[in-house]
Amino acid sequence: MPDKNKVGVGLFILSEAAFFGILVISYIYFYLLPSHGPDAASSLNPARTLVFSICLFLSSATIHMAGRSFRLERPSAVRIWLALTMLLGGVFIAGQAFEYQGMLERGISLSTNLFATSFFTLTGFHGLHVLVGLCALGTLLGVSISGRISKITSSGFEAVSMYWHFVDAVWVVIFSVVYLWPLVG
Amino acid sequence: MKDVVISDAGGLSFEQEAHEGWLSWVASVDHKQIGILYLWSSTIFFLLAGILALLMRIQLALPENHFLSPTLYNQIFTMHGTTMIFLVVVPALIGFANYLVPLMIGARDVTFPRLNALGFWAQAFGGVMLYFSFATAGLNLGGAPAVGWFAYAPLSEAAYSYGPGVDYWIIGLLGIGVGTLTAGINLVATIICLRTKGMSFGRLPLFVWMTLVTGFLIVLVIPVLNAGLVMLLCDRMLNASFFKPSSGGSALLWQHVFWTFGHPEVYIMVLPAFGMISEVVPVFSGKPIYGYEFVAASGVAIAFMSLAVWAHHMFAVGLGHPADLFFAISSMAIAVPTGVKIFNWTATLYHGRLRFTTSMLFALGFLVMFTIGGLSGIAFAAVPIDWQLTDSYFVVAHFHYVLFGGTAFGVFAGVYYWFPKITGRMLSERYGRLHFWLTFIGFNLTFMIQHVLGMYGMPRRVFTYPPLPGWETMNMISTIGAFVLAFSVLVFLVNVMVSLQSGEVAGDNPWNAWTLEWATSSPPPADNFPKGVPPVHGRRPLWDLAHPDRTDEMLMRLAE
Repeated sequence: MPDKNKVGVGLFILSEAAFFGILVISYIYFYLLPSHGPDAASSLNPARTLVFSICLFLSSATIHMAGRSFRLERPSAVRIWLALTMLLGGVFIAGQAFEYQGMLERGISLSTNLFATSFFTLTGFHGLHVLVGLCALGTLLGVSISGRISKITSSGFEAVSMYWHFVDAVWVVIFSVVYLWPLVG
Repeated sequence: MKDVVISDAGGLSFEQEAHEGWLSWVASVDHKQIGILYLWSSTIFFLLAGILALLMRIQLALPENHFLSPTLYNQIFTMHGTTMIFLVVVPALIGFANYLVPLMIGARDVTFPRLNALGFWAQAFGGVMLYFSFATAGLNLGGAPAVGWFAYAPLSEAAYSYGPGVDYWIIGLLGIGVGTLTAGINLVATIICLRTKGMSFGRLPLFVWMTLVTGFLIVLVIPVLNAGLVMLLCDRMLNASFFKPSSGGSALLWQHVFWTFGHPEVYIMVLPAFGMISEVVPVFSGKPIYGYEFVAASGVAIAFMSLAVWAHHMFAVGLGHPADLFFAISSMAIAVPTGVKIFNWTATLYHGRLRFTTSMLFALGFLVMFTIGGLSGIAFAAVPIDWQLTDSYFVVAHFHYVLFGGTAFGVFAGVYYWFPKITGRMLSERYGRLHFWLTFIGFNLTFMIQHVLGMYGMPRRVFTYPPLPGWETMNMISTIGAFVLAFSVLVFLVNVMVSLQSGEVAGDNPWNAWTLEWATSSPPPADNFPKGVPPVHGRRPLWDLAHPDRTDEMLMRLAE
């Protein structure tokens, strides 16, 4: 029989994909309508966000390494890779906060226009998911630091890792649609 | 009072804290107790929604009636629809699935028992939150939401629904949505991961198959509703403009998002009932189901197709000829797999040794009523007919034939069939027959005439109407029918209460049924199969046990 934790998180990811699917489609729907005021091209900084995005993409590699160390039963390596993953995720969140702050200072908020409405909703919900992922990673890290790493099952570890990869993959889509599309289109 | 039971049966081990009295229900993570909680909460909300329906029918009994104010009437039909869909039908089906699926596949519990408890309480408190909106009337804040169960924008926006009613509706539905979603994940994972030895997908009871399909639909479309709800909430609370045409937003987007969820939701509400019928009809026909593979596969086909028919709810919008054509054809095509099922059930009855128990009566009622609802549905898929009849009482008649004539009849068939397993006592057949005939007569009296009312042009969702020729009589007939239907529910409740106290003791397998849930005692003990799960070599393990000389396997080989 398949592993229940992986199946459960797989199904959860499927549902989350549907949720983000609707938010992305709504963003594109309004992106393609003629609009007034600030838009993606005029208010976002793709170069800077690319740097922060690379941190998030790298964190997929570090969580993979953490999982590898976990299977090879090297607790200290697990702790280091987990901490690095959390650090990279944290840097990404800080970058997003930075971007939000800049936009709010220029008077662009959720209620400004349709670009702002759909941008903040989409990226905000993604950021929320990164935070949830950080909590899950923090739990794994906390348990392994307190020396009870044997309490973590490999399928539990795998489940957190799957979720983190998913949060990462969603950002690939959002970054392409929100930041890269205005550059090419 | 707190002893820890560690159980390891059915490949599942976890700790369970045993409590006593009320706490044993509140703190329970047992799939059977949670299933029963779902069924009771569904019953309570069914009574509430039924009272709301009666209030509407009293108001509409006479033309130019002033029993209810227009505002209150709008709130009542909104709450009736929302309650029936999210707090009655879905929880009833999830309740049965929760109770039965682990038993039917020979498991100890669902995969995530704690998540299961979380899911129930999230949906229960979501329901309480929804009903709390009535209390805001006391603060002159407008009371319950009055926007219909699909809450079309911009009516549902703050500019037009300024009280907190719609906010309660959104938050309530988000809570209920979380509950439904966790139940969907749990049920699918349970069916994939916890089947007993020999229980391959080709041998799953059809109720389990339909639950699996429903679970996938839940996982895919509840988040779509949630996404729409958070966008609407952003509009209302944070002054965003997703669905506000006045600031460039799109009211049409809400319709697309809502119905992308809303139409598959219809199948979430009917597929498990198909599953129940597929259990009840063979047992009371004394024959295995005809065309098992077709029943299962057509369920999967329905689920896929249901994701591509949503805009048939939107023909009146003016989506353009190509879109109308696509959705008309896809909606008509979905009748094919549904029709396949009807033929399967009919063929199972053919040459069967029929036992007309109350459960079987409801199953037969289902076949006829659901077919009527299905046929009026196909009629609706033709765009010009939709344009003529949309938003009329014909629509109300159509979906009540599907959801009451279909799902509710199916659920009642399931209640009479599984009540002995769940409680250990039989429901009275005498009360049961009375219940069935009152339901059958009351239901048809209420809703058949509404087809005609709709064709006469009576719009739905109006609080009153002028004394036009025929309208008065037809509305009065419908109201009388509604009271007969309400009386039938009372008979049912009396039956449940009396039978719980003094019903005939059921024994393990009162119907001579074949699926695994009947192998254990009634009600099943906490660990489901203390004597071990019977071996599974076919689709009817208990038949094989009882007839070792002519098991399904042997019959299959003979047929080849």
